[in-house]
Amino acid sequence: MPKTNANNPYFNQNYLEYVGRCAPRTNEVRTLYRAFMVGGLICCIGQFLRYLFSSVLGLGGDELSGFVSMVLIFMGSLLTGLGVYDRIGKFAGGGSIVPITGFANSVVSPAMEFRSEGMIYGLAAKMFIIAGPIIVYGVASSVVVGLLYWIFG
Amino acid sequence: MAEHTIYFKNQPRIVSAYAVAGPKEGAGPIGRHIQKVLLDDKFGEKTYEKAECKILRSAIEGAILSAHIEIKDVGALFSGDLLNQIISASFAAREFDMPFVGLYSACSTMSEAMMVSSAFLDSKQLRYAVAATGSHFSSAERQYRYPLELGCTRPPQSQWTVTGAGACVLSSVGNGPKITAATIGRVVDFGVTDANNMGAAMAPAAANTLWMHFKETGRCPDYYDLIVTGDLGVLGSKLVKELVWEKGYDISQKHVDCGELIYAIKEQEFQGGSGAGCSAVTFCSYLYPKLCDGSLKRILFMPTGALLSTVSTQQGESIPCIAHAVVIESAVK
Repeated sequence: MPKTNANNPYFNQNYLEYVGRCAPRTNEVRTLYRAFMVGGLICCIGQFLRYLFSSVLGLGGDELSGFVSMVLIFMGSLLTGLGVYDRIGKFAGGGSIVPITGFANSVVSPAMEFRSEGMIYGLAAKMFIIAGPIIVYGVASSVVVGLLYWIFG
Repeated sequence: MAEHTIYFKNQPRIVSAYAVAGPKEGAGPIGRHIQKVLLDDKFGEKTYEKAECKILRSAIEGAILSAHIEIKDVGALFSGDLLNQIISASFAAREFDMPFVGLYSACSTMSEAMMVSSAFLDSKQLRYAVAATGSHFSSAERQYRYPLELGCTRPPQSQWTVTGAGACVLSSVGNGPKITAATIGRVVDFGVTDANNMGAAMAPAAANTLWMHFKETGRCPDYYDLIVTGDLGVLGSKLVKELVWEKGYDISQKHVDCGELIYAIKEQEFQGGSGAGCSAVTFCSYLYPKLCDGSLKRILFMPTGALLSTVSTQQGESIPCIAHAVVIESAVK
């Protein structure tokens, strides 16, 4: 069903229902399969890095998590800069957006895009245009969770 | 109710047409007809907006040269584009020493430009006018959708904005295919809110203009060799045929959509081409020569436009659309 605005005096119910029936469907089986395969692969890479850093570099705890995140963010940013990440995204959809590499992509891509409007009003101001809501609502919900811990923990 | 259709007694002529397009359009089904195909869509410029402006300028220059007239002969430039404040058209107009009438009806700008310039020419107030418009995939994505490098998928109802521009020189004194009438579109909104489903949003506006046109002229679809829409896409084309059928007109034998002509539909283009440049490039490169040599006798050229902005959709508004129709007839008997 297409999204409808019940307060909109123009919406033609019959037409919108008909459009909803005719509109081409995403092949969910194919897209879900691709998303999970790629998302899972990225997570496996992360796990492998974890193993590598803990056994070769002898890292542990928060430092280990930090290093793994750093490398994944770097890879996401590098692939975005090289123009490869969007091709992965077209194939994988949610599988490449959701992991931390996708977060890096969502910050680097607008930074690249809006550089033409200058370093301050373009690149720096618009860098968080996609990731902004994630940061805002992520931090806000962590405050709520923290409060709940403090009250009930 | 006032009539929507106007008739041009003196029948302005389209004396030349010129299209400039990007490599993707050049590789499409009508690519070999496009007068100038670029090697890359940045056209040597630093930004996509500057490239879009240069492409439009290039099309205008090409049309003026093909008409064998000079810039000082042109009475006015009638143009617009998809970018905020129509900067492509305005900055392109800056480069030409001629009066400028800025227009906007989204992807319907080409027929709007032809229609408005024809009114000036029909009254013989101007001898020559240029009608032009264009669009660019990357600048449209930046303005309306997501950054180019963002790894996200496109839904199956989406279209691909054409990188290209088309320009025509129209005249009250020259020779060429004639503009005999036009039906001015009205804004129609059936409540579609999905900015990725433009075809469904625009089909009602196209159907409304067609119905008005047939009703007021007393003609039926068979009068025309082709009824050309701009970028309804596969779904929109199906919907417009059904909506017009409900009013008693069958356009299925004569209908063709520029969005389906400009790209061979493969994975990423889904519903086909869109953008102001879609109808402009298709007309100037493919349809115009056929009107000149007489293989097309009479066409109804009606690109459709979606009159939304990023702000309006974010505020939950639906998408109002419009379609201006122009009747173009070959001068060959």
